[in-house]
Amino acid sequence: MSEARPLTLRRVLNTPAVAIGLYAAIMGVIIWGSYTGAQQMGYNWQWYQVPKYFYSFTEDGFVPGEILTGLWATIVLSLTCFALATVLGLLVALLRLSGLVAGVGVATLYLEVVRNIPLLVLLYLFYYVLGPVFGLDRWTAAVLTLGVFHSALISEIFRAGINSVASGQWEAAAAIGMSRAQAYRYIILPQSIRFMLPPLTGEGVHLIKSSAIVSVIAVAELTTVGRNIISDTYMSFEIWFTIAAVYLALTLILSFGVSALEHRFNTET
Amino acid sequence: MTQAPVIVAQGIGKSFGDFRALTDVDLTVHQGERVVVCGPSGSGKSTLIRCFNGLENHDVGTLVVDGITLHADAPEIRQLRQDVGMVFQQFNLFPHLTVLENLMIGPMRVRKLDRTAAEATARKYLDRVRIPEQADKRPAQLSGGQQQRVAIARALCMEPRVMLFDEPTSALDPEMIGEVLDVMVELAGTGMTMVVVTHEMGFARKVADTMVFMEAGLIVETSPPDTFFTAPKTDRARLFLDQILEH
Repeated sequence: MSEARPLTLRRVLNTPAVAIGLYAAIMGVIIWGSYTGAQQMGYNWQWYQVPKYFYSFTEDGFVPGEILTGLWATIVLSLTCFALATVLGLLVALLRLSGLVAGVGVATLYLEVVRNIPLLVLLYLFYYVLGPVFGLDRWTAAVLTLGVFHSALISEIFRAGINSVASGQWEAAAAIGMSRAQAYRYIILPQSIRFMLPPLTGEGVHLIKSSAIVSVIAVAELTTVGRNIISDTYMSFEIWFTIAAVYLALTLILSFGVSALEHRFNTET
Repeated sequence: MTQAPVIVAQGIGKSFGDFRALTDVDLTVHQGERVVVCGPSGSGKSTLIRCFNGLENHDVGTLVVDGITLHADAPEIRQLRQDVGMVFQQFNLFPHLTVLENLMIGPMRVRKLDRTAAEATARKYLDRVRIPEQADKRPAQLSGGQQQRVAIARALCMEPRVMLFDEPTSALDPEMIGEVLDVMVELAGTGMTMVVVTHEMGFARKVADTMVFMEAGLIVETSPPDTFFTAPKTDRARLFLDQILEH
């Protein structure tokens, strides 16, 4: 029985009462610390102001506020960039695996360049250099920057996923007369999705978070909206807490959604 | 054997780095002939039959299969592979597809048959290998012997002119070898041209028209089975037979 075991520190800390008490105490200290800190600098909390930035009801009915509009823009931006990054990433991964000298060379150069330029500098390059040259608006520059930046990471995920399929599968596909493209499409990629789904989700979360950077070129997404509200109202504490919570909610929903999907994949095979 | 030759290998050689896997191999396989290739491991048997459908490329010599001269990057290679079926030691079934889909994917995607025709072919060969009831299962749910029979059916669905078997029973538990060999014997009975790499000498005695014995990348002996099993022409072959038959 458990009584017979010695009372170690780990066991004491894990008894329900102690664990819950500790958790509450730590959270309490953090919240109390922020609150008194804000009090001391004479911060005027105006949480009651926050909901109207989410939505309001007028005679037209439900009207989405600036934060919801910004959130929607962040979702659309992230989806567009993820789609672009996936296509580019798959292309680069296939080039690297093609065994063609030119293909491998181009892919390697692309990866090295993209991986070794800071995201912010890449954004400036697209917006301030390529933008005027090719007439890109800020939305397009933002999409291209994030798409290109994340394609480098996604191509590595694809490469690892493709390489994790047993080589006998290639041989079996070849032996029934499939071309390389057919083998990829019908045999290799469907099997590698299982290996790629968890890291791709991580990359999706990463992309949502790094999309905040496009606020520096004033693309009207969630972070830009936050900045705009604050410059009007000076409620920086409430708004940044709120914006952080909205990002958190978005990425958590994504992660849970994909783990449900993963579970289905795993039970299917 | 007055039939036309399906496989003609003349002086073919193959090296992996410094290792010479095949040296000056000559072999002709005629339409309807059953050739069994045996020899100690590492003797080049698998490399040889993998050359026959271009999974390996030979370095020297000429190899003509089904009228097509093989060399690296031969554009006809895909056409050739549709006519040359292969069964692997490790089955290599597609784990993400059901048994039926494993059999249908080649005919549908490569032969461009419609779904109805592909399914009819698939069911016919699933009957032939005697596991029609497993059609909707995944490969992982089958025993090794059943998986290998599915792999044979998958190759047959392409309606090949030649079947290559690369140690088809070596990865199987002993009690499952029989069911796979039975299917192969039956296939031999239909007049299929077969090249089989195997250590199953009972099977060889039953179906082989020609025995090929390889050692260290060379064909040491080519004889009819009567001669090969009773009075091998070479000491090497006699020694090998003594080793594997005395158990």
